[in-house]
Amino acid sequence: MDLKLEYLKATTRRQFLGGCGVGFGAAALTALLDQPAQAAESTNPLAPKASHFPARAKHVIYLHMAGSPSQLDLFDYKPKLVELNGQKCPDELLKNERFAFIKGVPTMLGTPHKFTKHGASGAEISNLLPHLSEVADDLCIVRSMVTDQFNHAPAQVFLNTGFARPGRPSMGSWLTYGLGSENQDLPGFAVLVSGGKTPDGGASLWGSGFLPSVYQGVQFRAQGEPVLYVSNPNGMDSATRRRSLDALKSLNQLQLETFGDPETLTRIEQYEMAYRMQTSVPELMRIDDEPAHIHALYGTKPGEMSLANNCLLARRLVERGVRFVHLYDWGWDHHGAGKGNDIVEALPEKCKETDKPIAALVRDLKQRGLLDSTLVVFSGEFGRTPMNEARNGSTFLGRDHHPHAFTLWMAGGGIRAGYTHGATDELGYRAVEDKVHVHDLQATILHLLGLDHTKLTHKFQGRQYRLTDVHGNVVEKLLG
Amino acid sequence: MRTALLVPLLFLATSAPARAGEPVDFAREVLPIFAAKCHRCHGPDKHEGGLQLHRGADALRGGDSGAVILPGKSAESVLRQYVSGEGDNLMPPDGEGDPLSAEQVAVITRWIDEGAAWPVAADVQTKSAAENHWAYQRPVRPELPAVSRPDWCRNEIDYFVLARLDAESLAPAPEADKARWIRRVSLDLTGLPPSRDEVAAFLVDASSTAHETVVDRLLASPAYGERWARPWLDLARYADTQGYEKDNRRSIWRYRDWVIEALNRDLPFDQFTIEQLAGDMLPNATLEQKIATGLHRNTMTNTEGGTDNEEFRYEAVVDRVNTTMTIWQGTTFMCCQCHTHKYDPFTQRDYWQTYAFLNSTADTDLDDDAPFIEAPPPDLAAKRATMIAEETLLEGLLNADTPAFDAAFVAWEAAQQAAIAAWQPLETVTATSEAGATLNVQEDRSLLASGDAADKDNYRVVAKLPPGRVSALRIEAISDATLPGNGPGRAEKGNFVLSGLRLEWINQEGATPRAVTLAAAVADPAHGDQPFSVEQLTDDDPNSGWAIGGEVGTGHEAIITFAEPITAGPGAQLVVKLEQQNGNKNVLGRFRISAADLPDPAAVSPLSTTAHGLLARPVAERSPEEQAQLRDYFRRFGPHFSAIRARLAELRRTLPPSPITLVMQELESSRATHVHVRGAYLTKGEEVQPAPPAILNPLPPDAPLNRLTFARWLVSPENPLTARVTVNRIWEQYFGQGLVATSEDFGTQGEPPSHPELLDWLATEFIARGWSLKQVHRLIATSATYRQEARVTPELAERDPRNRLLARGPRIRLEAETLRDQALAVSGLLSRKMYGPSVMPPQPEGVWQVVYSGDQWITSQGEDKYRRGIYTFWRRTSPYPSMITFDAPSREFCVDRRTRSNTPLQALTLLNDAVYIEAAQSLAKRMLSQADATPAQRVAFGFMACLAREPNEQESQSLVTLYESELSHFTKEPAAATAMCGGVVEGVDSAQLAAWTVVANVLLNLDEMVTK
Repeated sequence: MDLKLEYLKATTRRQFLGGCGVGFGAAALTALLDQPAQAAESTNPLAPKASHFPARAKHVIYLHMAGSPSQLDLFDYKPKLVELNGQKCPDELLKNERFAFIKGVPTMLGTPHKFTKHGASGAEISNLLPHLSEVADDLCIVRSMVTDQFNHAPAQVFLNTGFARPGRPSMGSWLTYGLGSENQDLPGFAVLVSGGKTPDGGASLWGSGFLPSVYQGVQFRAQGEPVLYVSNPNGMDSATRRRSLDALKSLNQLQLETFGDPETLTRIEQYEMAYRMQTSVPELMRIDDEPAHIHALYGTKPGEMSLANNCLLARRLVERGVRFVHLYDWGWDHHGAGKGNDIVEALPEKCKETDKPIAALVRDLKQRGLLDSTLVVFSGEFGRTPMNEARNGSTFLGRDHHPHAFTLWMAGGGIRAGYTHGATDELGYRAVEDKVHVHDLQATILHLLGLDHTKLTHKFQGRQYRLTDVHGNVVEKLLG
Repeated sequence: MRTALLVPLLFLATSAPARAGEPVDFAREVLPIFAAKCHRCHGPDKHEGGLQLHRGADALRGGDSGAVILPGKSAESVLRQYVSGEGDNLMPPDGEGDPLSAEQVAVITRWIDEGAAWPVAADVQTKSAAENHWAYQRPVRPELPAVSRPDWCRNEIDYFVLARLDAESLAPAPEADKARWIRRVSLDLTGLPPSRDEVAAFLVDASSTAHETVVDRLLASPAYGERWARPWLDLARYADTQGYEKDNRRSIWRYRDWVIEALNRDLPFDQFTIEQLAGDMLPNATLEQKIATGLHRNTMTNTEGGTDNEEFRYEAVVDRVNTTMTIWQGTTFMCCQCHTHKYDPFTQRDYWQTYAFLNSTADTDLDDDAPFIEAPPPDLAAKRATMIAEETLLEGLLNADTPAFDAAFVAWEAAQQAAIAAWQPLETVTATSEAGATLNVQEDRSLLASGDAADKDNYRVVAKLPPGRVSALRIEAISDATLPGNGPGRAEKGNFVLSGLRLEWINQEGATPRAVTLAAAVADPAHGDQPFSVEQLTDDDPNSGWAIGGEVGTGHEAIITFAEPITAGPGAQLVVKLEQQNGNKNVLGRFRISAADLPDPAAVSPLSTTAHGLLARPVAERSPEEQAQLRDYFRRFGPHFSAIRARLAELRRTLPPSPITLVMQELESSRATHVHVRGAYLTKGEEVQPAPPAILNPLPPDAPLNRLTFARWLVSPENPLTARVTVNRIWEQYFGQGLVATSEDFGTQGEPPSHPELLDWLATEFIARGWSLKQVHRLIATSATYRQEARVTPELAERDPRNRLLARGPRIRLEAETLRDQALAVSGLLSRKMYGPSVMPPQPEGVWQVVYSGDQWITSQGEDKYRRGIYTFWRRTSPYPSMITFDAPSREFCVDRRTRSNTPLQALTLLNDAVYIEAAQSLAKRMLSQADATPAQRVAFGFMACLAREPNEQESQSLVTLYESELSHFTKEPAAATAMCGGVVEGVDSAQLAAWTVVANVLLNLDEMVTK
């Protein structure tokens, strides 16, 4: 055993744990120095790390429907609202309220869509989601979500980072920071985007903020290079790359011997991991090797930048041990400002693209035995109003942004299946029963992954930061 | 000490019952109760909820939620309510001590009702540990310590470092060899590697001041400002976009350039501070001082629908307070937005009082980022001034009423009338439309189009030429009721564009047609501001031609003169081809062609319908207004001033626009500032006035309570933090960590300084040297401490893995921008062009896909592709990918120091990013272009270019072996070789160049290359 190398590995690990040698309190550093056995494990910041307590889930797939689907047309059926359809909104609902687009006194908007109860649990789901309805008993539906934000970008950033202004680490970054990842040939935090646009919050949604950049979400792209810079330049084949990396390694080892800098050793290992990623990423993206029945299940077509393909890729990623997969599907902002974004025709169209692959994902994870260890979350960034927006007198029906009530569902990963949590008032205006705030959701997700949200912290500019800021409670009722 | 104080007071508390009839004696009766029951949480060491009950002024002011003692009103005083158990809470709370006795409550009640007198003499003078914290005491210049080896020390820094090493029984490391030192110092001071010549000059300089010579050269280089602006722009959160959702662009690069330029001229740091925080408020503020205030306009702007601008203005000011206190004070002041600091002696009131200094600027989160100013750089400003002066002069000439003008007008009028008489409308022989429209001859000899109007058409008119000389043609476009919008064109609203005109004439039937060359063309004023010219009719551009600027429903005319007059015999014909290729049915509807022999065509103007009407009447029949109108027509469109008008039009067309930049502007009357309860935007507490944190240096008496005073307060020599925080941050850039490792937190929770005396010496020296940043750099860069080699001995690795003791030189991964700049520099691609709008070097497709925004990344051309990283366009929601991979922040917030990670994506970027591949190709060309060199010599050349040193035997051998294997590979694969070279390179063997490109790619990825 090369004692010097082992020593260097240990030193490097400490530096990584301490945010690469900076931002780590002296006391904590001393504590770590007292744990030589653990310290010798690895120089890799993405190496799996122990959770605070036994985890129920090992992976997360977060399906973020950017723009925010209408809970009132998909998950939260309100007969009273249907009854009051077209009537003026009561004053008390408008007092001291701010809306993104609604002006004056709007009219109430009952859903034009039908709902049915499904499964043994009797979960009430819109007929717009027939496939999802078939897996109703696997779902935990939360109808009492609330947030603080009613504009897309701040609400998305808030949902992802616990703070409404961009710049803090995202949930996926926190989780990989806390837990590492199980596959060292792929990034620990993958991002997949469909709908033709990145979501409103941009790359801040998967940024690592003040955490080291190794915890940034890495975007897997359907077109161009699947991961930026993963492909060798034109004219360079894999054998040449290997030979050049060997030469690089031999020179770097000379550096290591001369200067004894543990970062050099880490760098040698990172180049090897990069080389392995050059193989594992294209292999991951090659969904055409999936059998026909899987393509039929998801509705996938190789080469497309679609939610269906991304759902299948999400499964392939967690199958390979990736810790956090974040899907963004843009195009859920159904204001009714025009033909393309109303709830009568545009919303059902969007549901048609979505329903099959998201249900397929739950089924497929389940049939592979992955659902127990994978938490699937489906949400927008806020809810939609029970009132018709009628922007500039639009005759198309649609709903404005709404922070006081929205619905999400979760499946797998230690969540309570076949359960509907919380309730809104009879108009669906406010969550009134078992309210779950965004910070509570974040605390609960971390809890399912075995992390105490008050203890997963990082010191930056002199302050200890965490995903839930200074808030959040684990929602025990959601745990299976 | 505190315990010692409390014991007698406690004794008093139990032994001095209140005596009825006499006023309560505060010191003897009340204070002991506070000491016994309250000070644990509300005393010198702690101030829960911002409340302290050991000094009268603080106690009566109250806590974060307001006053708790209302003199004369015990029933309404929260203090009495709480201690008596009658309020919302009981004090002391459970577990913090027994409740007060009834007698004690009675004493407090009486004391409040009697006016709550608290003599200053009764204040407990004990300072809390936080107040005594070293960082809040003004630095005192220390004496130089005695050291074991004074000969090792090159300046004062080294005495402090060596004294510490002596204490640890460690010796400093040997000097780094000259090659490694010059690379290190060049990268540190300029962010660029040394050139071969610079290395060579240094290696042969055997003088004792060789190192100092290099440092002085680097400090004088403009690259110094570019490199040191980088960390400052991280602090300033400078970016080119607004930050939220659409993340629209903003123009504030003049601020970036100001920082570079200010650093290069070594603007003293106190002035550097004042100009950025309040340059607009300085007397006779210069443009540059206003540009400097862009610092705090780098806050984000939210343009999403339905946002409350006031809320985001509030957020922006909060950010300015937090950023200011991080940059200059190294404090975690942001904690106090919501509550009094848990560890440092800052209250929530301090926070909102500081906020009040910054709360009165004119910006209000508007979509256009107002206020902004025009801010031309000096060379542009000079150019604009010259052009504007000329424009003013010419306008004066144009508008002057002179006798010469009067004479010219009379002559023109005569010429016009003669011309009107001279025009002979041509008799049409045939008129055809290529697109199939019908052209019918009207009574006035005009032609009227009917039938389907095509988007584009060409008309061909054959007409009889009157015998004799013809030197010009007039085309009249005529309004007609049958046309859309009454014509004269056939487009939806009556528009047309004559995009081309070709003329031929035949002297007699059967003769060969001869082309008529056009000399000049003029049109009536409706054509628009851009002068009409004959080229617009003779070029092939369907979008240039004669147009009428949308003045439909009325007549227009154009006059075209021939290069050579025609002399027509009997039976002569003119063939007129009217090309109308603009599209959208922009074709003529009714028009008439006339010919004339004009003695001086240049004297004749095409006339508007109005001008025609006026000229048709004799002078006597025109009203004075009509006469003035005609004179004005002549002035604006007649030939007399055509040269002046052409020059004016050119000046206006070519006047380069001034870039705008966002600035701070102070409101005339300041906004009221309130404490925000728990920091919430909507929950306002009591109103406060501007004041700096109470624990720090006071404001000068009588200073106005405004932003300028606040800026001056920060750089007052009395301020205990500014100089320390600033020199520490510079130190951090050299050694990878500051003397205070938590450079953003000098408070009680930060790390104590590794070399406290050195920090204070540097801070006082900085001020003594007039706040000169360059002099601080010079001290550090010329020190023996900095000159040490970076080798880590096993002993040192064990004892001091983080190099806190400075027993060796720094070895740190380079930052994102430096990596890029270095690769471009060593490969010869780097452009040294400074300043200007941000550029867009190549980035992968599809990185910008932002909702509700069509903005595109348009790759810059020419040298702008190869500019230094500091000029790269910075979009907050889609930062330049290779930069964020190397830990550059996305610049939403002030970032005091970047993390330094080491990841596989970084490896992939340096291996495969097109920028680094192009650099490798270019470096390979340089290696290959060394005449008559062996492979080992070419390797040595590449090594020198990259690392400023020769390779050793093993290094050289590894790379030569790689070269040979790749040469053999690419010789067999010519297509791959060409691709590897980025295409065929003239006169170069592709296999060789490809193999060297692979070697260069390795060089650019060496651990030593990415590390300083």
